Amino acid sequence: MARSTVGVIFSHLSDDNLPEIANRRTMASVPFGGRYRLIDFALSNMVNSGVTTVGIVVKNNYQSLIDHLGSGKEWDLARKDGGIILLPPYSDETEAPYTTRLEALMGITGFLTHRTEEYVVLTDCDGVAHMDIADIVRFHEEKKADITMVYHEEEGAGSSYYMTLSPDETGRVKEIEINPRIRGKVDLYINVMVMSREFLINTIQDAVTRGFSSFGRDILTKNVGTLRIFGYRHEGYYASVARLKDYYARNMELLDKKVRDELFGARDIYTKVRDSAPTRYLTGATVSNSLISDGCVIEGRVENCILFRGVKVGKGSVVKNSIIMQDTAIGSDVSLECVITDKNVVIRDGRRLSGCEEQPYFVPKGRML
Amino acid sequence: MLRKKECVAMLLAGGQGSRLYALTNDIAKPAVAFGAKYRIIDFALSNCINSGIDTVGVLTQYQPLELNEYIGNGQPWDLDRAFGGVHILSPYQGKKRSSWFEGTANAIYQNIDFMKRYDPDYILILSGDHIYKMDYAKMLRAHKETGADCTVAAIEVPLKEASRFGILNTREDGSIYEFEEKPKAPKSNLASMGVYIFTAEKLFKYLEADDEDPASSKDFGKDVLPAMLAAGEKMFTYRFDGYWKDVGTISSLWESNMDLLGKDPAFDVSDPDWKIHSRNPLAPPEYVGKNAVLENSMVALGCEIEGTVRNSLLAAGVTVEEGAVVEDSVIMAGTIIKKGACVRYAIIDEDVTVGENATVGEKGDKISVLGRGISIADGAFVAGGKILDKDYSGE
Repeated sequence: MARSTVGVIFSHLSDDNLPEIANRRTMASVPFGGRYRLIDFALSNMVNSGVTTVGIVVKNNYQSLIDHLGSGKEWDLARKDGGIILLPPYSDETEAPYTTRLEALMGITGFLTHRTEEYVVLTDCDGVAHMDIADIVRFHEEKKADITMVYHEEEGAGSSYYMTLSPDETGRVKEIEINPRIRGKVDLYINVMVMSREFLINTIQDAVTRGFSSFGRDILTKNVGTLRIFGYRHEGYYASVARLKDYYARNMELLDKKVRDELFGARDIYTKVRDSAPTRYLTGATVSNSLISDGCVIEGRVENCILFRGVKVGKGSVVKNSIIMQDTAIGSDVSLECVITDKNVVIRDGRRLSGCEEQPYFVPKGRML
Repeated sequence: MLRKKECVAMLLAGGQGSRLYALTNDIAKPAVAFGAKYRIIDFALSNCINSGIDTVGVLTQYQPLELNEYIGNGQPWDLDRAFGGVHILSPYQGKKRSSWFEGTANAIYQNIDFMKRYDPDYILILSGDHIYKMDYAKMLRAHKETGADCTVAAIEVPLKEASRFGILNTREDGSIYEFEEKPKAPKSNLASMGVYIFTAEKLFKYLEADDEDPASSKDFGKDVLPAMLAAGEKMFTYRFDGYWKDVGTISSLWESNMDLLGKDPAFDVSDPDWKIHSRNPLAPPEYVGKNAVLENSMVALGCEIEGTVRNSLLAAGVTVEEGAVVEDSVIMAGTIIKKGACVRYAIIDEDVTVGENATVGEKGDKISVLGRGISIADGAFVAGGKILDKDYSGE
């Protein structure tokens, strides 16, 4: 159990990672893994570690996120004290809503000040991981750290803004680089951070008076020598969702049992339920090596695919190496190869679409082809 | 706020369901799993909420632990309400007397105070062991239109099966002149579905009278309805012609599960306008392996399928290993069918392990049943129609 920790999730900061999927929703509500949204993993990590108050920072296009979260009951976060607290932008006539992480934090100082928990864990929605928050907080306490940054060994970084850490053998971080050229393996900061609530509030207030705007440039890199910044190495499963091709690859990876066991095996992942009926496989269906959610009706052939809830695959259709999101209706004699369809797409009888693994063919939400 | 509910539903869920044998050793019949993700009680509860009835008393008695846990605060059915909602009603100790529920009428009688709290005009009595989708609001409208004191939902059954049911003999206008409980020589094939709407005052009056009658067996079909009829109360049938199945036996439970399969299933659970609500499993999507064969089947979340599955229903988290074959069967949550095993015409309860190359069931009309949590040894043979509730080595 994480000792007295409040969670903060930035729902939108990595929207630019997936402009195709996240342009009409926040990164937090990007569908992943057949029945989840990216935020489900961050929220489940918190809930499973005993964090029961989670502030969710939103900026715009968060309708689908609100719809997904509801009262928070699916995550057991419909609470009298705490639970899920949405934190929309606050601005007066003179100020435009924030753009950076630091500005977002300035906007939630009220929330942070009114909480009573000792620590704050901050996370983005640009990755999927199975993470024990309690263990990170324990590490933070042991190291008497000011800031604990979670990193994962990665080969390269997909997003346009990233940080690499160079922790010494004790975990102390003496150097943080922003957007360095990467050769081989690096310790990539994965946008999960722990601080004491008091330290965070003081840091934000100090930044306001100095007119800082970037948490990375103005606080982390500038003070890496004087602050006790520690790197916590995340050993388990981590899937960075930095570009559409990563999104595709990270979903496809779930067809590997080892990866599934790492992500789903150890604990529960909570998500919104729809009361869909179980999936029906009709006579004539041929399905192999696929992950299939509930509410689907399959009459055609499905190979190496991720099917979200309520997908229909008609007779004579062949769907291969594709990610088909919620309520997509695929008619008969359709052929799809390396395609990602967003929600509520309709593919009419006889259509043929194909992309490749490096560049999957993306069909936007609600499109009829 | 209006401290009143027009109609309160009372759901009889205390039955043992002894004809389901090993499946109801530890749980009440309404808690038995059905249709790959549901439990039998989901249908009555979903009917209630879909009909706009948000106050439901669930009467439990036999092995209530799991049923109580399943219903919880009623949130999956949207029945967690500040006023009304779902309430578990168990037998209790009273000032004057304490007793188990003795018969269906007595169970309702003992909870008269619960119903009266809502000052209802009508009481809907339901059974927790039927599979059907029914709009009780329409039935209530009919009840008001005829001005009946009691309306009994009725469905036509094949005449040769009629002696298994409570049979309603009616006049042309649908009013009932005779009620026969399981008649040897039925005069009609119109069967009572065990769904009644009573005008509340009349129900309370007859329940109180029934309680004082030492000769009564305290049963709706045998005692209360005949007594009302004898006293000349207005009793009408409400004809229902949709799918309805009493799943009180192994074979009817199996058949009803099979009715969910196919392109146009006999019973459709995926109607967006009449959702069947249930407590959802916390599980990732099901994985269908490279060599898996899936035909005419229904599969729930969390399954891992490498073998062959035909004409079957698999509930959450079932594993069918490579080379295993499951045909014409109902497999409940968490069960593992090991490599090379073969399951046919069977109902297998939760968390069972069928060992490698074991054979369970045979083609035919006798359904084999494996009770919860047992293991079948590698290579063992379980004959068609056999019912097991203990580990089985095959000797």
